[in-house]
Amino acid sequence: MKIESILATKSLNVITVRPDQSLKDAIDLLVEHDIGALIVVDELGQPVGIISERDIIREAARTEPFLDQNVARAMTKDLIVASPQDDLGAVLQTMIAGHFRHLPIIDQERLIGVISIRDVLKVQLDEYQGEVDTLTEIIEGQD
Amino acid sequence: MELVGTDAISLRVAIIGSGPAAFYAADHLLKQDGLKVEIDMFERFPTPYGLVRTGVAPDHHKIKSVTKKFAEVASDPHFRFYGFVEFGKDIELSDLREHYHQILYATGAQTDKRIGIPGEDLKGSHAANEFIGWYNGHPDYRDCQFDLSQERAAIVGMGNVAVDVARILLLTPDELAVTDIASHALAALSQSRVKEVYLLGRRGPAQATFTNPEIKELGNLADADVFVLPEEAQLDDLSRAALEARDDRGARRRVEILQGYASRKPAGRTRQLFIRFLVSPVELLGNAVGQVVSMRLVRNALYQTEAGTLSHKATDRAEELSTGLVFRSVGYRGTPLPRVPFNELWGVILNEEGRVIDPETQQPVVGEYCSGWIKRGPTGVIGTNKPDSVETVNCMLEDLAHGSILRPSEPEVSKTEHLVRERQPSYFSFADWLRLDAIEVKNGRAQDRPREKFTRVEDMLAALGR
Repeated sequence: MKIESILATKSLNVITVRPDQSLKDAIDLLVEHDIGALIVVDELGQPVGIISERDIIREAARTEPFLDQNVARAMTKDLIVASPQDDLGAVLQTMIAGHFRHLPIIDQERLIGVISIRDVLKVQLDEYQGEVDTLTEIIEGQD
Repeated sequence: MELVGTDAISLRVAIIGSGPAAFYAADHLLKQDGLKVEIDMFERFPTPYGLVRTGVAPDHHKIKSVTKKFAEVASDPHFRFYGFVEFGKDIELSDLREHYHQILYATGAQTDKRIGIPGEDLKGSHAANEFIGWYNGHPDYRDCQFDLSQERAAIVGMGNVAVDVARILLLTPDELAVTDIASHALAALSQSRVKEVYLLGRRGPAQATFTNPEIKELGNLADADVFVLPEEAQLDDLSRAALEARDDRGARRRVEILQGYASRKPAGRTRQLFIRFLVSPVELLGNAVGQVVSMRLVRNALYQTEAGTLSHKATDRAEELSTGLVFRSVGYRGTPLPRVPFNELWGVILNEEGRVIDPETQQPVVGEYCSGWIKRGPTGVIGTNKPDSVETVNCMLEDLAHGSILRPSEPEVSKTEHLVRERQPSYFSFADWLRLDAIEVKNGRAQDRPREKFTRVEDMLAALGR
């Protein structure tokens, strides 16, 4: 299964933040949209980093006060991105190995979505559950 | 205001489509404790069950037993089937808004994806779904023509649909004759001269998307040998490392089966299946009358994307495969429904977790939902539609609890029945379908087959004296 099957049922809006915005702004956006990470984009809308709850907590632990610090200071700059055609199994392996939980999706050099490890696990769980249900119904449906 | 979904006023739900996603959604709604619901399911054909009837391969009879579960759902007194009633033609969205609190689209993915290469539209080049519809008796594809006088066929794609097409081309008339394959297809395939079938995959054996039972089945055909080139069955370093890292037993077993085919000695059977890896068609070549005669292929190599996927890229090695019959099986796409927001990028209804989204406001469209392939795209097995439909129904229930539903002027069951009768007097109830089903089964039994399908709508109507 591919990433596009996750994107098909997700909002078209990608919630982003600029590097020069404050961490308070970032937290407000996370709370408002009930999400765990924001893609940091430059003035052209190109991703330059990602900032997650974990990045903000890390910054809070080392800087006080931290809310006025800018996003660029706390964000993860080594951004790994995926395409809609990437395989979910491979992506999950990469996320686990790399200890990250959110992945920006780029299509034709355009940011089109973000998927979380929860999204990937949910789709995979549904797939396995679907296979179990199909087999169960075949067995129960036998004459 | 009276509470909808209680004894005072039942929740009225219209479901468009009657495949697995539609029935799983109906089942989940009917199972809700304390919810008073009346469901009407609309289907453009007189027959229900979507791809279980017109997509599942005829020799995979056990898989079709899921319809027993669906028939149980349909027997609920709070459920009605309106077959031969087409959304957008007999019944409009504006009608539904006057009769229902919630509308669920479960229309599936009805068109094929294109490969996007020159020559794709030559005569003899077909979408796999046309062939599948044809041999399964889908009325839309009943009159398709496939040149089975060709000796070699090539199928582009490496999923279970591609495997189905290959298998149907390779089964003997005796093997086909005990299935519920459409009679016109049985007659044509019995005269088929196709001797060689090529399955063409862009990536390697470890990345093939067919499932293990399907690929094992290919090794047990009565009169066809299966060939895999030893050099293509061997894993490259990237694939080997990925298999070890993911501990994917299914993929490992798949590779073992394919490597087993590579080392198997042919038994001298009449027909041959060649499973080729790491090749992509780049052009179909035609003759003077526009008939495909060959396919130009490029050899691929694998590389790892940033996110970890083993993808393919073309090398400078090319080859040509002469073939007069080509099937493309690279996926399906949904088709837009009248006045329902559509996401062209993924070929699905624009939605969030099953709630239809207004493209302008980016907010949910009150009372409209989707499930199945028209919601998430064409992925998974029949049962995958169950958690998918449950997710959508849970959204419907949440919105009902918040009062975010349509306020129809005529929510009474009888009023909808009257409307349907007015718009399509020949509509099929579920009882009508059961009568047609019994006739199909009876006609099939006379030939030692599970059923003989009606393949034209007019024949279905005539069978019930319409």
